[in-house]
Amino acid sequence: MMRTVSAAETAATTHPWAVHAEGLRVRAGRHVAVDGLDLALGTGVHGLLGPNGAGKTTLMRAVATVVKPAGGRLTLLGEQVGDRADLRRVRRGLGYLPQQFGFYPRFTVREFVEYMAWLKEMPKATIPGAVQRAVDRVGLTAKADARMKTLSGGMLRRAGIAQAIVNDPAVLLLDEPTVGLDPEQRLEFRELLRDVGVDSCVLVSTHLVEDVVAACTDVVLMNDGRLVYQGVPDDLAAQGGAGDAGDSPAERGYSALLRRHRAEAGR
Amino acid sequence: MTTHPSAAVIARYADPRASLDEVTMWSVEVHLEGCAHCRAVLVGRVPDDTRVLLDRVAAGVDRAVAAGPVPAPRRRWSPVRNRWFVWRLLPWLTMTVAVLGCAVLLEAAAPHLPSLVTLLAPIAPLPGVAFAWSRRHDPAWELVAGTPAAGLAMLLRRTAAVLAVVVPVLALGSTRTGASLAMTLLPCLAFTAAAITLGAFVGVRVAAIGLGVAWALAVVLPAVLTARLPAVLEPGGAVAWALLTLALAGLAGLRAADFRRLTSHH
Repeated sequence: MMRTVSAAETAATTHPWAVHAEGLRVRAGRHVAVDGLDLALGTGVHGLLGPNGAGKTTLMRAVATVVKPAGGRLTLLGEQVGDRADLRRVRRGLGYLPQQFGFYPRFTVREFVEYMAWLKEMPKATIPGAVQRAVDRVGLTAKADARMKTLSGGMLRRAGIAQAIVNDPAVLLLDEPTVGLDPEQRLEFRELLRDVGVDSCVLVSTHLVEDVVAACTDVVLMNDGRLVYQGVPDDLAAQGGAGDAGDSPAERGYSALLRRHRAEAGR
Repeated sequence: MTTHPSAAVIARYADPRASLDEVTMWSVEVHLEGCAHCRAVLVGRVPDDTRVLLDRVAAGVDRAVAAGPVPAPRRRWSPVRNRWFVWRLLPWLTMTVAVLGCAVLLEAAAPHLPSLVTLLAPIAPLPGVAFAWSRRHDPAWELVAGTPAAGLAMLLRRTAAVLAVVVPVLALGSTRTGASLAMTLLPCLAFTAAAITLGAFVGVRVAAIGLGVAWALAVVLPAVLTARLPAVLEPGGAVAWALLTLALAGLAGLRAADFRRLTSHH
């Protein structure tokens, strides 16, 4: 069947970066969790690494337009996110999986994803098809009509991923998406990431260096709210020496970069 | 109006050996997608081996369709049926109804006091409204806050759910106790509108708590102590309350953009 292509779909991209932060500061409570971060992300899968408390989740929330930046500039899809901005247009192009997401236990996976698709203001006629496709892509087809409260942790995570990708977002933010997934599901998830990352900007926060090396085109390393390193996974592996902690070249590179950054910060 | 390609062109399109320039081929292809008549012409022109192949494919597809799972029934999507949040409101609404029920009983037991239902009417919807727009109580707030639909319309829908319960209860309570219906419902609507309007500036939760406390201290407490209905709730004030409600609702409409901003979902 033929489909009408809207003007918005064919409009030329006029912004160089999907996500662009300049001197971004974001508070988490009273603490400034992201402090002067400069970051530019284009199309591709970006793995966000960093120790606990590095500000990964707070950065994710700011990019998801859930919390307000305390300072600096944040530009999403060419529109500046600030006090006076109308966020509606930007939010239509966002997909977000929070680290912990609440849900209403009575609802089925399909209803949950449908509800989120509706909140994302997708055209009504396209919702059932998009929902089915999103549920299929995360491998929950058999559980589509099961109630949320009957799902295991890994399945919930996948339902969360399904709601994030249902609107084919231009910017997809996944906070710890691989928690609770078994090894086979993680491999499938990496496949999904590569697939989505072909034409959108995906930012994945994780603790698993191996996931980043396997599925990401770009590595972003944060510590204490600042950008420590941004480069390709192979380059991350090249950063480490034999004396650094870790079981793989990438892990050694990760610990070498952190050690160097901490030494510089301590001086 | 589209012009149908000539039978000769369709025949050349169907014949793999005939040459047809690309532009004509595209236009024929696009036309065929939308024109059953020309498709029928095309079927008559395709070589036999192609027809055999197509028949085989059609039979295979039919077999797979018959063997596969039954298509899911077409569901009509409606936000009303997916009343996610309403379930979370139930305990608060139950509490509000219980408090108003107690007020009715107290009024029957102590007729010398001013009408408690009228006194409590303005603050009756506030707990529900505060709850409806609070990040602490909505388990999915982080998901909802990042969506384009988050905003005044969503707050109004949730407020309407609260009012749909509170208003009938108040109406019933006021007719039972003989209090003025207008002076029960209009202050209730005015305070709801005030909570939303103030919420644009300070957050709905803070606004609702502030209004509730202010009303309780400034009006309810003195009224109970002096056992007289306060002047603001005298039956003559109905027009003023109605105008106040309209003004506040209009102001809330003007500040609609604030609910989409980053800080508004407290």
